[in-house]
Amino acid sequence: MDGIHDLGGMEGFGRVEPEPGEPVFHTPWERTTFRLLVASTAARIFNADEYRHAVERMDPAHYLRARYYERMLTGVTTLLVEKGVLSHPELEAAAGGRFPLARPVRPNGDDERREPAAPLFAVGERVRVLRVRRPGHTRVPRYCRGHEGSVVHVAPPFSYPDASAHGLPGRREPTYHVEFDARELWGGEAEPGCVVVDLWETYLEAAR
Amino acid sequence: MSREEVASPERRAAAVAEALVEQGAVPDASLDSLAAVEERLDWRNGARVVAKAWTDPDYKARLLSDGTAACAELGFEGPQGEYIVVVEDTPDCKNLIVCTQCSCTAWPVLGLPPDWYKSPAYRARVVREPRRVLREMGLDLAPRVAVKVWDTTAETRFVVLPLRPEGSEGWSEDQLAAIVTRESMIGVARVTLPA
Repeated sequence: MDGIHDLGGMEGFGRVEPEPGEPVFHTPWERTTFRLLVASTAARIFNADEYRHAVERMDPAHYLRARYYERMLTGVTTLLVEKGVLSHPELEAAAGGRFPLARPVRPNGDDERREPAAPLFAVGERVRVLRVRRPGHTRVPRYCRGHEGSVVHVAPPFSYPDASAHGLPGRREPTYHVEFDARELWGGEAEPGCVVVDLWETYLEAAR
Repeated sequence: MSREEVASPERRAAAVAEALVEQGAVPDASLDSLAAVEERLDWRNGARVVAKAWTDPDYKARLLSDGTAACAELGFEGPQGEYIVVVEDTPDCKNLIVCTQCSCTAWPVLGLPPDWYKSPAYRARVVREPRRVLREMGLDLAPRVAVKVWDTTAETRFVVLPLRPEGSEGWSEDQLAAIVTRESMIGVARVTLPA
């Protein structure tokens, strides 16, 4: 989905404000929330791709307003409710107020591709990112879709997230570190430099 | 509190934790045993890796060719550290790490990331105007220095190997580890000698 989470390249945000001496957790509930995520994934109630997508499905205004651990709390709780582990009304009763969850999932279809036997692309090769459109989870940032870059590294096969976030038949495929010239992504006025994006094989085609 | 108001995150988190434990849905009754997991997620581990790379050329070569194994040599491995790639700063190239779509980080060596790294402002801006973001954060790069931004969109977890500061010749690994910062391993700061 082309959601609010896909922030790369958006304009209008202000300065980055580091907090001197920032603690790992600002409050006990942030720590609790982190433990809820670790415990639920360890118990295989959901996987990391389902979790990321649950956060992505948050109402955009809530997503931007919430800080990291509130997004985590919303994503984890959404899945615990969707998987039937916990009841939303009971949680709201226990919390003493509304408990906003993410919006319902719109699943990806099965593309029925097979697990590749060997990497399709090699270091040095030119590739183009497909204009991926998915109703559900994907890990192709909008800012690199349709753009051409060079493979600088081939990483080992990892579970394909567009499938595993939706309980589709799993497959593993290599991911490629693809280097894009900044002007290719942002136009001729861009600051000189480059951006490297880590992309699953399904997202790419050979550039002509 | 009215039923229409959103409960505080504190109340919400407590409600989920209590319900989950009551259900027995997670094997650990109290979640307290996870404190040991959290303790292992410390960016000072990364500082040890950097200091060793600066003092041991063979280790540095291993670190750059197989970051996962080289970090594991020092005992730093685990969730979000399954495939670590270390990228080396040079006088002509500054590397920077971001996760534009969530906030992925190499937990075993960089720890849980700071708020600014997870902020929409950093995630949105740093792929598009990295020099300006760096300047605002106090790092002014010469025009000849190329900027390379690494977006953590899949399962590779990146770590920047910063430049060793001039004037640290002859320092021990411990001394060097003490001056390496988390920011320098994310790439938004240089390592400097104490004033």
